[in-house]
Amino acid sequence: MHTARSLALLALPLAGILLAGCAATPADDGADAAFTLYSGRDEDLVQPLIDRFTAETGIVVDVRYGNTAEMGSLLLEEGEATPADVFLSQDAGALGALSAAGLFTTLPDEITGAVPAGYTSTDGSWVGLTGRARVVVYDGESLTADELPDTIDGYVTDEWRGRLGVAPSNASFQSFVTALRVLEGEDAAEGWVQALADNDPQIFESNIPVLTAVNDGALEAGLINHYYWFRQAAEVGPENMRAQLKFLQAGDAGSIVNVTGAGLLNGAADNAEALAFIEYLLSDAGQQYFVTETFEYPLVPGIPAPEGLPSLESLVNPQLDLADLASLSETQDLLARVGLI
Amino acid sequence: MTLALEAAAAPEVPVAPATSARPAASGRPPVVLTALAALAAAAAAIPLVYLAVRGGGSGFERIVDTLTRGRVLEYAANSLGLAAAVTATTLVLGTAVAFTLSRLRVPFPRLWLLASALPLAVPSFLAGYGWLVLAPSTQGFVPSWLLLSAVTVPYVTLPVAAALRGASGDLEGVARTLGRGPLAAFWVATWPQVRPAAIAGGLLVALYALSDFGLVAMMRFPTLTWGINAAYSASFDRAQAAILALLLVVLALVVVVGERSARGRVPRAAPRAVASRSIGRGMLLSLLPVVAVAPVVGVAIPLLGLATRLVQAETLRALDVPRLLAAVGATLGVALAAAALAVALALPIAALAARHRGRLVSAIESVGFLGHALPGIVVGLSLVFFSLAVVPALYQSVAVLVFAYAVLFMPKAIGTMRSGLADVPASLVSVARTLGDSPLRAWWRVTVPLALPSVGIGALLVAIATMKELPATLLLRPTGIQTLATELWNRTVVFEFGAAAPYAAVLVIVAAVPAMVLSGIRSTAKEEL
Repeated sequence: MHTARSLALLALPLAGILLAGCAATPADDGADAAFTLYSGRDEDLVQPLIDRFTAETGIVVDVRYGNTAEMGSLLLEEGEATPADVFLSQDAGALGALSAAGLFTTLPDEITGAVPAGYTSTDGSWVGLTGRARVVVYDGESLTADELPDTIDGYVTDEWRGRLGVAPSNASFQSFVTALRVLEGEDAAEGWVQALADNDPQIFESNIPVLTAVNDGALEAGLINHYYWFRQAAEVGPENMRAQLKFLQAGDAGSIVNVTGAGLLNGAADNAEALAFIEYLLSDAGQQYFVTETFEYPLVPGIPAPEGLPSLESLVNPQLDLADLASLSETQDLLARVGLI
Repeated sequence: MTLALEAAAAPEVPVAPATSARPAASGRPPVVLTALAALAAAAAAIPLVYLAVRGGGSGFERIVDTLTRGRVLEYAANSLGLAAAVTATTLVLGTAVAFTLSRLRVPFPRLWLLASALPLAVPSFLAGYGWLVLAPSTQGFVPSWLLLSAVTVPYVTLPVAAALRGASGDLEGVARTLGRGPLAAFWVATWPQVRPAAIAGGLLVALYALSDFGLVAMMRFPTLTWGINAAYSASFDRAQAAILALLLVVLALVVVVGERSARGRVPRAAPRAVASRSIGRGMLLSLLPVVAVAPVVGVAIPLLGLATRLVQAETLRALDVPRLLAAVGATLGVALAAAALAVALALPIAALAARHRGRLVSAIESVGFLGHALPGIVVGLSLVFFSLAVVPALYQSVAVLVFAYAVLFMPKAIGTMRSGLADVPASLVSVARTLGDSPLRAWWRVTVPLALPSVGIGALLVAIATMKELPATLLLRPTGIQTLATELWNRTVVFEFGAAAPYAAVLVIVAAVPAMVLSGIRSTAKEEL
């Protein structure tokens, strides 16, 4: 009797293995895909764009979704063995790391030339696609836009002690600090970061919890990327958003634009379909998709910014390489020195 | 659960005195068993080897730099402090709940035990998120400690309840008649019997607390996992991540060694069922909050928070039912397969540790546990590294994914199976041997049926953890495969919890099924009343 029971118990996991095998056999993917895309941006956002691309060109794409951190580390770990042909990244740092590891092939000039300098790679190893402005998010019920300082320096004064939320370990905050170093010099940047650290900032792990805290009335203001606000507004309705955005004065380091981008892996150097996809992302249709769906800035000149946002030209276009890892590392040293990370 | 009950209702056992319960302990462990256990430990050591390659190659100076930089050591202290606080809390709370439900006459004991298992089904980041919806200012050490305790306490409650049902209670009665108070009687008579189960559960809790990232990120309590995550997401520096992860392994080593010295030996007595004790209404009312706190804090309130968000969402997208069902199917499939493989890997280690001692045995068992303190992204990357180097043909296949789950979660099965196997009276095996059975046959006829419930507990714990796993799944799944956790991730990247709520609900429900089964399993044979 016991043996029968034991066998029954053993049979269950075996059935599981079979089930896993069946469930896990991709029915429609793989075989006829022209190339493989590793997407560091979520499926909800990217898949509709892929579907349009496939409908227009007939090119089928295999997509692997994950966070940029995961997909970036995955590509570094896979090296030349990667099945990926294209990498779509949430930020420039990951693209810089892959470029530094020599995993990207150089893109044709007509692709890299489509995006102005400052928003794309300096060596043609990847191309910028969309921009996300750094903004101040504030509680619209307790503050008005007029009460908020117009420059980043205004947020580290006594008046703001304990009231500002930041995510210092996050890549987008670190690009802002890098911009500060480039625009205002090392001493000024260190002064600002030190002042922030001494001002009892509210530390968060990433941008979105900062926005959520402001929107729930738990935080008065914080530094984030603009586009998160629009995605949350799309879910609950813009009129129900307690959090509001303030763009800082034109030219202030606090209004730097972070970029998302794409690169072509070495193994795909001759893959025309993969290249066609990157071209599509930079086409009017591709850029327009990001404008209407994510409220990000199109980086190709001539395509209007999302309605209600200041123009890209009015934001900082610093002469810095957002993917420069050496500079990033110095920024992190600075943040570590003042105790923010 | 009837399966387990059947196996548990084995005939009463004539038991030898405590000291002779492990006659094999003094002998040398069988070579085959040791070899199998070493092989399983080698699988568990893959992440450690990977970290040594990635982190160790960067040189001593770099390691010192990384560890002394900024707030790294403070974060490490936070990790350790949180793990210690959560472990202590769950040991006390879990034991109290288990005792109340197993030994005192409370209304609906089965229902309460079931509720006590439910926090296992809630991913920790979801618990954190649900709380933040209702109490947005919640942050820091105290909420992280309490919430993490609430979601991990079943790791102690369930094995202790199972052990109590198998343990002999008349000793406690004896202690009471000899004039001890109820607490003192529990301490001298019952605690020694449930201690190994409680401590083994506490070990899982401690390692879980060390590895957790989702909840502490939500609660804004910076730990070492923040640093590891930032190394991947902001620095894109795998060496830095590896060095920080190795520090986490060192913390885990402290915990594992601590557990080994605290575990002690089980005094064996005849397992005899104990009638539950009646208690007064006042006592009952004062115990109710103790029993209810974890299900309320870890399940009810977070789900209420999620439901609130669902109501607030204006644009509810249509639920793609076939896609949801496909995700449920894939989740169940990989979870069952991972449970089977993890149990198979854990079995030789558990069997070795149950009956044998010595340095080699300790080393094998400890290695089995160490990787459990690592965040999923580290283990996932280590399996990318390993599979590309060893079995490139299987890269991004279900086989490697399931293997990764087994490596990640096998420690959840080792502890329970070890105590289950250790509880099988060696005298019974000897009887079978004297009746002419070969060692293997005796093992199959006696040990397997008696230890089966503990195998079931281990398998269910692995299955539940697999269902909730995200980072390793994202890294290793065959392109295009969705589990409930990845579907939930797809919708929570930007906190669109309105869209995510149905997936979160289904994930919790699916994971609750094995949790409920768990609450009914007994760990050892005993006489029915």
